[in-house]
Amino acid sequence: MSVFTRPRQALVITSALALAFSATACGSDDKKSNRADSPECAAYEQYQGHNGKRVSIFTSIRDVEADLLQDSWDQFVECTGIDIRYDGSGDFEDQLPVRVDGGNAPDIAFIPQPGLLTRFAEAGNLKAASADTKAMAEKNYSADWLKYGTVDGTFYGAPLGSNVKSFVWYSPKMFQEKGWKVPETWDELIQLSDQIAGVGMKPWCAGIESGGATGWPATDWIEDLMLRTQGPEVYDQWTTHDIPFNDSRVVEAVDRAGSILKNEKYVNGGYGGVKSIITTSFQEGGLPIVQDKCALHRQASFYANQWPEGTKVAEDGDIFAFYFPAVDPSKGKPVLGGGEFVVAFADRPEVQAVQTFLASSEHANSRAKLGNWVSANKGLDIANVQNPIDKLSVQILQDEGTVFRFDGSDLMPSAVGAGSFWKEMVAWLNGKSTQAALDAIENSWPK
Amino acid sequence: MDLTDELPKFTILLYGLVAFAAIVGGLLFLLDAVPTWFTRRREARLIAATAAGTATLPPPGSRRWRPNEKLFALFFLLPAMLMLSIGLIVPAIRTTLLSFRDARGETWVGLQNYGWMFSQDEIVDVLVNTFTWVVLVPLVATSMGLLYAVLVDRARFEAIAKSLIFMPMAISFVGASIIWKFVYAYRPEDADQIGLLNQIWVMFDGEPKQWLLNSPLNTLLLIVVMIWTQAGFAMVVLSAAIKAIPADIVEAARLDGVNPWQMFWRITLPSIRPALIVVVVTISIATLKVFDIVRTMTNGNFNTSVIANEMYQQAFTAGQVGQGSALAVFLFLLVIPIVIYQIRNLRKQQEV
Repeated sequence: MSVFTRPRQALVITSALALAFSATACGSDDKKSNRADSPECAAYEQYQGHNGKRVSIFTSIRDVEADLLQDSWDQFVECTGIDIRYDGSGDFEDQLPVRVDGGNAPDIAFIPQPGLLTRFAEAGNLKAASADTKAMAEKNYSADWLKYGTVDGTFYGAPLGSNVKSFVWYSPKMFQEKGWKVPETWDELIQLSDQIAGVGMKPWCAGIESGGATGWPATDWIEDLMLRTQGPEVYDQWTTHDIPFNDSRVVEAVDRAGSILKNEKYVNGGYGGVKSIITTSFQEGGLPIVQDKCALHRQASFYANQWPEGTKVAEDGDIFAFYFPAVDPSKGKPVLGGGEFVVAFADRPEVQAVQTFLASSEHANSRAKLGNWVSANKGLDIANVQNPIDKLSVQILQDEGTVFRFDGSDLMPSAVGAGSFWKEMVAWLNGKSTQAALDAIENSWPK
Repeated sequence: MDLTDELPKFTILLYGLVAFAAIVGGLLFLLDAVPTWFTRRREARLIAATAAGTATLPPPGSRRWRPNEKLFALFFLLPAMLMLSIGLIVPAIRTTLLSFRDARGETWVGLQNYGWMFSQDEIVDVLVNTFTWVVLVPLVATSMGLLYAVLVDRARFEAIAKSLIFMPMAISFVGASIIWKFVYAYRPEDADQIGLLNQIWVMFDGEPKQWLLNSPLNTLLLIVVMIWTQAGFAMVVLSAAIKAIPADIVEAARLDGVNPWQMFWRITLPSIRPALIVVVVTISIATLKVFDIVRTMTNGNFNTSVIANEMYQQAFTAGQVGQGSALAVFLFLLVIPIVIYQIRNLRKQQEV
């Protein structure tokens, strides 16, 4: 017996429900005009044969940068007919594990943290790169870079964009007026700092406040100095915890950073004393340079976007950067940086074709021409790179003497790399001793 | 913004609304139809029985359809129970289980996470900070709200005066924290101070300070923010309670010749006791859960972290799921006595 005593009412409700759940999927079948035979498509010969296939890409790159990226593979899409579905999210690091665990993994993801890449590889989620992709990556990237896309001997993906962190920002105009010279060794850098301090200006300025990530710019300082005072081998042992975090060599590197960051004579130009570094936001950290209150600011290439509008960022302009000099030049030119890696969760041929294409110099050049782009791709023609600071970055990355190392906090477990390392550097600048801070970080390393 | 890009969202919204209307409509319809059906059946039986001549009414109290009614009630409780278990009970059990597991939630570690909590100096500091918050915020916020409510009661500009205090309630914790971050802002001695507190400090010939860096003063400065937002809430609720005191009691007291002091302690306070308890309990729970203020103003640095912030830090930033869950469970245990007290109070009031 039915509970519905009024059948008509029941009918109305049922039909309303039916309407509610009948999702009409509006499938767009806008066929890309396949112009595979036209002359400009000759370069994409090896990627042909996947017309109409769909490849999804999930990344943390959004807005303008995402548009530029999509423009950069326009021609590839037109020539091969592969339908690339791009999706950028500000929540990428949290969303990707959720999507992978939920069986809804994207075909390709651009992962900026080698630590996260390793986690997916070890869990068996990632597909090893195809032979073509691997060959393309080996042709275009140095072993220093490829190692971060490799887990247990299996190669998973090539780098895409990169940034250089070993930069010191300065004002070429100010330097010219005062007769200062861009230092090329560590000793020259310290001499210059003393010279600037001698004329009554605090030479360095810094800011490490960054909301939930407060402290990260200080960890970059430490990483740069680990690389400079201890060399790349010890640096690798440090990031993998083969040497303890409170090892005497780490203490030495942190103290070396402290000789600038915790030196009341040197910091914090335009903002006050050492402790003002903690409360100054990283975006504002270098701005006193344009107000003539500070001369030097160590920060990555992406700081170029922070200068006030109308500031000319160029070697002959208002602001530019020089390479953060090595302590011992005989050990090569250590460069700290970051970048994202193109890894695949599917091994369909069209996915591998896109992965190979993104590792190619064609793509690097196509993207560079659109502006605001740095890549360690050896096939990237510097003439195609638009901004002076990007040019300098590419020059440094392509330099034969460069010893590249990835940002260490992105390699460490997040309990340290995104936790205690940040926090203890804040405490360190707030007066905690080097040894006490490093002991606390060592304690927090997950066992 | 291109409207066509947003269209899928509106479509989903539309589906959601239609589904919601259908479900609620369906339930309301059932609510109407089912008892009618039961009644009709009973009537039909009665009529049948009467017609057959065996007209004895069922003895009162032995209504045989009663079990059905219970089933019926259960049916209506089902959606709410389902939502509650998905959203509250299951996560609570899962969190408790996770608190006995390791960082990745894979192997059992017994009480290790709880041991960690009480053995790490930083975490003990976190517990002490939370304790300071829970003691100070309800006490100060409620007394200030009460004092203000009594003072402005029947004053000339009562409405305006009350809205001034109530206004901060409308600001989110994050918004309030950003405002107070500016109040505590620091600029070097030779520059113009942009922070109110430092400006006042400098006017009295002090050197500008970085207020938020020094423990334990910084925790107190954060507590001020919470009091600023919560005092308005206390004031509004208590003011309403004061207005609800029967006029004859107040008048009788006046005739007996009480002074304002006696009036407050002997008449006002006992009369608004239930409201006072609600306010204190509500603010206490809000304080235990405080997260936004600490997160926004110091990010838990400089020894200002509280349980909720440390829990988030451990579980989501550091990936220490076990330790984060242990902190969550501890927080849960702290809230429970307050909730029980509140429920018992409510029951007592209902009985009276």
